[in-house]
Amino acid sequence: MATESGTSTQLRSRSTDLDAETGLEVDAALAGLDALDIPTAQRRPLAARAWAATWPKIGALALFLLLWQIVVWSGWKPTYLLPGPGKALSEFGSRLGTGHFWDALARTLVRAVEGYALAVVIGVVVGVVVSRSTILRTAVGSFITALQTMPSIVWFPLAILLFKLSESAILFVVVLGAAPSVANGVIYGVDYVPPLLVRVGRSMGARGFSLYRYIVAPAALPSVLAGLKQGWAFCWRSLMAGELLVIVPGHSSVGADLQNSRELIDTVGVMASMITIFVVGVLVDAAFNTADQQMRVRRGLIAEGTSAVRAARGGRGPGAAGGGVDPAGGSVDGTVPHQPADAGAGGADGGHAGSAG
Amino acid sequence: MTAVRSDTAVRIDGVSRFFGSSAARVQALDNVSLDVRSGEFLCLLGASGCGKSTLLGLIAGLDAPTTGTVDTTGRRAGMMFQDSALLPWLTAGGNIEVPLRLRGIRRAERRERVERLLAMVRLAGLADKRPHELSGGMRQRVSLARAFAQEADILCMDEPFGALDAMTRDLLHDELERIWRETGVTVIFVTHDVREAVRLGDRIVLLSSRPGRVAEIFDVDIERPRRIDSARVAELATTVTTRLREEVGRHGH
Repeated sequence: MATESGTSTQLRSRSTDLDAETGLEVDAALAGLDALDIPTAQRRPLAARAWAATWPKIGALALFLLLWQIVVWSGWKPTYLLPGPGKALSEFGSRLGTGHFWDALARTLVRAVEGYALAVVIGVVVGVVVSRSTILRTAVGSFITALQTMPSIVWFPLAILLFKLSESAILFVVVLGAAPSVANGVIYGVDYVPPLLVRVGRSMGARGFSLYRYIVAPAALPSVLAGLKQGWAFCWRSLMAGELLVIVPGHSSVGADLQNSRELIDTVGVMASMITIFVVGVLVDAAFNTADQQMRVRRGLIAEGTSAVRAARGGRGPGAAGGGVDPAGGSVDGTVPHQPADAGAGGADGGHAGSAG
Repeated sequence: MTAVRSDTAVRIDGVSRFFGSSAARVQALDNVSLDVRSGEFLCLLGASGCGKSTLLGLIAGLDAPTTGTVDTTGRRAGMMFQDSALLPWLTAGGNIEVPLRLRGIRRAERRERVERLLAMVRLAGLADKRPHELSGGMRQRVSLARAFAQEADILCMDEPFGALDAMTRDLLHDELERIWRETGVTVIFVTHDVREAVRLGDRIVLLSSRPGRVAEIFDVDIERPRRIDSARVAELATTVTTRLREEVGRHGH
């Protein structure tokens, strides 16, 4: 009975004059309404959006450096203990030319990526299992959150006793630090899947795995992504704590360099290492924010350009550089698939300005 | 069942549905019996608490009756919801594709079918739009196309136009009527809007509330195409409304 040849039946129904007339009338009215409903707002040029997203960050950074310099000028501490930003930045710049810097950074990043990857696998598996079972949920749900609130540094004495001063000790703590956040992201994501969408999936015949694949997983993605982002933050913190405490002989790393500079009372070196740690944090955060922004634009949770507009109005974004990277994601990415489909929507050009209706 | 492709599309026999556990048990449906004819446009009408959505869920196979049977005579039921319930992470075309993917239809064929279904709801060329870029009426048409992608012989519609403005709703009535006629699908349409029921239905099943029972069945002998503002529609709507008020009035004390 169901639809087979749409066009031939359509012709048949139009064979009677009356039908044809009302049909055309409905057609025209519907096409008119559709055209009115397609938003006509235009995108701002790319350069303008990029600038709007960038200048608040540059401004905040400049302000921070200025304050730092003012404190140095005030003579609060001798300059060998508290050097100005100029010295620290030039030390950071000159380190970029050394092989040692890149070796240390590479080791640190490899540790971070390994630990994070393992934490993600464990976190996702635990999250999925726990979210599916009420009993497990009651048993370990709050335990996971408790684990998350444990400062990672308190694990190190145990890790050092178990694994000595080795890569494993660092890995152990990094995974323990990051996995609970990932697991919680998955659990909350599954919790907040709208029941209506599950009903929709079931009405379309999705069951078990296919329900997860087509409905639950994508619906939970925003929360999972938040968990991944938080997991990364915990991973990076744990790793830095680990590299300060667990210095594996012969293995240079960013944390080891930092510790080394402290022992030599080389404040400029300490600051150069801290700048390295900060820059890595900012870059990874920007990558997460880009992914998050793209997802939100795709789902209509944010009107394209909104954050750039907000930035242009005065940049009340979160923290100076760390959290403030997000507008760049949505505006510069260019993946926003909203070029008008040119479907007889008279005069409607440009992307979308927000949710219609 | 030997009844496949019979004149009856859905047989509802002595269906009751309770929710909750013994102490706080709520009865949503009480001994509902009803036959839906094949190709019929049936409207389920009732006030809040009449269990019309519950009944629809039973027909769509999303839920099982506590007692009694629901027999869809081997036919497949598709469902359309009030809130278009499109998956926000997919495009319009992607949404229509989901039921096709669930049935393992190959990519090339899927694309072709999506285009055909979009054309049916007069949204040809908008496959790449995302739900939030479409108006409420357009979203409901995508949702309708998605229900048809399930190759449903029975289309269960749960107040699908309830959240739309009057003008869009009138146009979608015309559209739905056209598609119903073209495809020969059996439609079970839940609404609390009496005029909408009279405008669209071959028959109107009036349900009483708490628990839901069949109060009365009206045949709508008005020639199609109908208009929601025609005198005959208004006349029958008045009769049905009077009866509905009687039913609702019993709960006032």
